Amino acid sequence: MSRFGGSGPSGRAVAVSIVETVHELSICSSIADIVTRHAAGRTVQVINVRAGQLRQIVPDTLVYCWGLVSAGTPLDGSRINVESVPARIRCRACGEVTDVGEVPVFACGGCGGVAVQVVSGEEFLVTSLELAPQPDGQGSPDQEG
Amino acid sequence: MGRFHRHDDGTVHDHAHTGAHAHDVGDHSGYATGGERLEVLIRIFDENDRTAAANRAEFAAAGVRVVNLMSAPGAGKTTLLRETLARLGGQLRIGIIEGDIETSLDADRLAGFGAEIALINTGNGFGGECHLDAPMVRSALPRLPLADLDLVLIENVGNLVCPAEFDVGEDDRAMVYAITEGEEKPLKYPVMFRSCGLVVVNKVDLLPYLDFDLDGFLDCLRKVNPAAEVMLVSARTGEGVDAWCDWLRARLAR
Repeated sequence: MSRFGGSGPSGRAVAVSIVETVHELSICSSIADIVTRHAAGRTVQVINVRAGQLRQIVPDTLVYCWGLVSAGTPLDGSRINVESVPARIRCRACGEVTDVGEVPVFACGGCGGVAVQVVSGEEFLVTSLELAPQPDGQGSPDQEG
Repeated sequence: MGRFHRHDDGTVHDHAHTGAHAHDVGDHSGYATGGERLEVLIRIFDENDRTAAANRAEFAAAGVRVVNLMSAPGAGKTTLLRETLARLGGQLRIGIIEGDIETSLDADRLAGFGAEIALINTGNGFGGECHLDAPMVRSALPRLPLADLDLVLIENVGNLVCPAEFDVGEDDRAMVYAITEGEEKPLKYPVMFRSCGLVVVNKVDLLPYLDFDLDGFLDCLRKVNPAAEVMLVSARTGEGVDAWCDWLRARLAR
């Protein structure tokens, strides 16, 4: 995601992530299958993905891996837009909803109870695709942007 | 999102901010190009999870219990499995699914104990997969005589991030954590530590030689997974290995 870090630091972070772990790569292959199936031949410009905090997806790495996976395929040139969802838990005892936070603690912020249910942060889905205008639609491509 | 393990600085706030507003993003950029927005709403792990369900059904039909064993590289999974086979090999019919990015070194270390071993080298994937997924495990099933087995132990690829994301059809998840890894690992890899019912704390024979704070580690573990069972083990000396074997036997009775 372009908004965190400049190109320098974020480039370094991506390189480290690729060495450390590459599950974003296989995830991109799954995304490509889903997108190809739903686009049905239309040109895809943007893939909107919703990723919960507990899915351990680094948006920058996902975007970088998407470039690798989509290169040379009909999805080349499309980009991934990641919507991050913070992790929240609900206490089974008192019902209080608590943000899991930066240092993760899975305990109720109200009563301290540890019997909790994750209410958000585990979602990971392709929410929508933004498709290019169809050729017989509204005019030539140079009108775009 | 990987902020727990890969971004230790202020990036967290950027993500949170993005999340709060991102539902607006898709609408605008789609129409700005004169294009069309297509609702999809498909879970990205759908295909994996369907295959995991098929694996689980096949395991259940064969009457075999399956434990997915995960850890960081070098925590001692293979040594623990070797000691497990040495103790249980005569009593239970055990199959091993061995995941490794390259080489058969770990599988070789487990040979000679009478267990059925199916090796999966994940290096054939794009860049080498860092985990086993459900289709990979499925590809190993024809090489195991499932109907003749009581227990299948899956030795996942050494990695504290990715294996936690992929259901492979197991009944139980356990992890091996070595005390040489430091006390705060559960806070850095909460998804992995949360996903396991049992944490085997390995290499406890090194306790006298390290500054390891066991209570500090258990505190961190309780913060992310208060319900986890914990066992203190040294696969090298054999301490605690019987308790682990009893835990495995208890899986069969369920």
